[in-house]
Amino acid sequence: MAIISVTSTSVAVNPLKQSQTVGAVLAFLGLKGIMPLLHGSQGCTALTKAVLVQHFRQTIPLSSTAMTEVATILGGEERVEQAILTLVQRSKPEIIGLCSTGLVETRGDDMGRFVKEIRHRHPELDYLPIVLVSTPDFKGTLQDGFAGAVESIVREIPQKSSKQDACPTQITILASSAFTPGDVQEIKEIVTSFGLVPIVVPDLSGVLDSHIEDSSSAITANGTTLAQLRSIGTSVFTLALGESMRGAAQILDRRFNIPYEVFSELTGLLAVDKFLQALADISGVSVPEKYRRQRRQLKHVMLENHFYFGCKRVALALEPDLLWSTVSFLRSLGVEIHAAVTTTRFPLLEKLPILSVTIGDLEDFEQLAVGSDLLITNSHGVAIAQRLKIPLYRQGIPIFDRLDHNQFTKVGYRGTMQFLFDIGNLFLEAEAKIKH
Amino acid sequence: MNPTPGKTNDSLSDSNSEDACQQQIQKKKKSSTQLPQPGTTQGSCAFDSAMMTLVPITDAAHVVHGPSGCAASIWGSYSSLSSGSMLYKIRFSSDIDENDIIFGGAKKLYKGILELQRRYKPAAVFVYSTCITALIGDDIEGVCKDATEKTGIPTIPVHCPGFIGNQNLGNRVAGEAMLSHVIGTAEPDTTTPYDINLIGEYNIAGAIWNVLPLLEKLGIRVLAKITGDAVYKEVCYAHRAKLNVILSSKALINMAKRMEKQYGIPYIEESMYGIEQINQCLRNIAVKLGNSSLQERTEKLIAEETAAIDEKLALYITQLQGKRVLLSIGSFKSWLIIFAAKKLGMEVIAISTNNNTEEDRIRVKTLLGQDGIILEQNSPQEILQIINANQADMLIADKHHQDTSLTARIPFLDVNQERNHAYAGYMGILEVARELYAAFYTPVWEQVSQPAPWETGNSPEENI
Repeated sequence: MAIISVTSTSVAVNPLKQSQTVGAVLAFLGLKGIMPLLHGSQGCTALTKAVLVQHFRQTIPLSSTAMTEVATILGGEERVEQAILTLVQRSKPEIIGLCSTGLVETRGDDMGRFVKEIRHRHPELDYLPIVLVSTPDFKGTLQDGFAGAVESIVREIPQKSSKQDACPTQITILASSAFTPGDVQEIKEIVTSFGLVPIVVPDLSGVLDSHIEDSSSAITANGTTLAQLRSIGTSVFTLALGESMRGAAQILDRRFNIPYEVFSELTGLLAVDKFLQALADISGVSVPEKYRRQRRQLKHVMLENHFYFGCKRVALALEPDLLWSTVSFLRSLGVEIHAAVTTTRFPLLEKLPILSVTIGDLEDFEQLAVGSDLLITNSHGVAIAQRLKIPLYRQGIPIFDRLDHNQFTKVGYRGTMQFLFDIGNLFLEAEAKIKH
Repeated sequence: MNPTPGKTNDSLSDSNSEDACQQQIQKKKKSSTQLPQPGTTQGSCAFDSAMMTLVPITDAAHVVHGPSGCAASIWGSYSSLSSGSMLYKIRFSSDIDENDIIFGGAKKLYKGILELQRRYKPAAVFVYSTCITALIGDDIEGVCKDATEKTGIPTIPVHCPGFIGNQNLGNRVAGEAMLSHVIGTAEPDTTTPYDINLIGEYNIAGAIWNVLPLLEKLGIRVLAKITGDAVYKEVCYAHRAKLNVILSSKALINMAKRMEKQYGIPYIEESMYGIEQINQCLRNIAVKLGNSSLQERTEKLIAEETAAIDEKLALYITQLQGKRVLLSIGSFKSWLIIFAAKKLGMEVIAISTNNNTEEDRIRVKTLLGQDGIILEQNSPQEILQIINANQADMLIADKHHQDTSLTARIPFLDVNQERNHAYAGYMGILEVARELYAAFYTPVWEQVSQPAPWETGNSPEENI
């Protein structure tokens, strides 16, 4: 049981949390043919884009309603309408993902009404789904924005017509912001190997798939398709990956009566076991030999290397979902959690198997991490790692000083091994330094 | 609502009637590019660029009065370097939440400033308003005044909510903040007849360090860098300089004009990007400081530096001469690529700028000659067509055209690399040459543009 402490300072120093808009846009990027649109001043869009471009190292489709001083006084309805019409004409999106910002939420723009009235004035837009999500910067964090967007998506797009029957092999997978494109790719492969047809929302594995085409497009070229989203109502099961996806899974349960199960982590022997057993139960197919073999490998790797992990102290500053899964994994290897910092209150935090967790910024982290053997946080932790002379393992968003993080895979037996090797190597390196 | 107090607005439109008239004309001409349009992404906001201008004051604490998302998002996007204090790298935010929006965030800001002053001992504090705190009407002017009185450390309000406009406006607001609260508030220990200020060069990737040694060799003292690798104190006594040299940022020209009026400091607009440009810059500084021996020394230095750089460039010239490049550039600095390409004997066949103003067009035509092509749409299709028609050897563009060059099977250079590499001064040209060379001779392009053996349409049997 962890005690949750909130630091009581009047000034946040080196914030750990990102705006909700960053999370919502990230979720939207996992849908095919989407153009995310932020209702706010152009800086909101530019800054959100900057974070994602830095992290993914590729162009990110994103547009703005470009609120001006006058529009801020008079209200933004016209700007939203104009933006949507411009986008439809120029980029021909299949979906628009509309996010609010701190500016318009403070102003009090009623965006639900805006969208309704714009639809009323422009029946020609009937074909175009506009997914609205409230993402004020002054509330919540990246993970909340991501979860909010996924909830809006599953609330608005999937429809079940009476003609459609449930598809016995089709399952919906809701993947939280804790999973990298590489993770999503691995999850898809595992699920497919059971003869199941997964619809992943959002499918970030497409973000990696920047294959070369003859013409480039302003909207996303990969991700969950609109047809897939519409057919979600016929799935037989929902796998919610990450606690923050529980809300979206509940929406699908309410709307379509689809049962769900939440998996808070997919890293670590027992966590993966549980996941594969669930897939075997749903599909009626036994666990494929490929994964049985991987499991034997992982067992071997764990036995052979657990010496390096025992009693090591790790300090983490991560968003709640990622914090939970990383802590669970490290604990399963015998690692001590020296300090844990996160961004926001979250149901699972109290259940963390550690003494306390701090909701705070990276300055808090720097103070708490003194004396640990390893730091785990995003690339903003580099300076802290240098000052404390403790190695840093990068997780979260943004990571901008590593080349492999998009493809990095920490889920499944294979991913668990990779994660174990990465961290174990850092411990080994530190030990080698002491000896020389 | 308290976004821009009256005096800032007044000084933004210069009172000089001729200038005002000029501005009017410019406004008319550029209106389409200056007003942000819904449904597009056109650069960032005033908040972002105000911070971009002031954050390089390295020993100050920069506090974002708004949600911590605003502070988190800009973190890491400025690669301005420091030779001393690292305080400017710390991101402070009042972390406004829902409660503060209802009850006002001014008190929290005040307490936060006192706290950070106690813990970090900054030379000064800059407080940046954001959309939200401007909208709820927090009086940051009053908070800064109170905090200054309480702590004795200068605390400067910067009125830069994102919604007031684009990046240019943010730079200007930052300039205004310096003029009304910083410049002229301290005196240098000594002055010399060769004191100058460098304005509008933020030491991105350490660019200014390519230039300072040159000025030092000439005995010219840089009194204040506004604001690359600056300390707060030097900006305070910038009013004692004999000359203001504006490098690259047009938005700070109002600042130079005000300093001319107020302190009688003349200004010149120069560039340090390109060999001709830096030569010209050094010459003009020497002329303005009005000393014939300085001018002689300058000519000597130019001759030496040019000879040295020519020698270093010789290898690259043999490798790159005659290559034909197509440019699509977004920022002012990327003009440097044209100068560098010409210096290396490369041929620039076509160019596109993000917003082809009339001024840009004329400039391009003078640089490329009448045969030069200006891209109209900057679309992949247009670029491909011109590459094919002109047998271009390389594409230099923003990252999103990378796929276009793969389709055309020619090497590609991402111009935005400037964020990570110092292109200024003589050494900067060498950096550009190195990058062009590396992009040209990488074996990667050839490999990745080969189809897989099974994609060529011939089955293995047929090949035998």
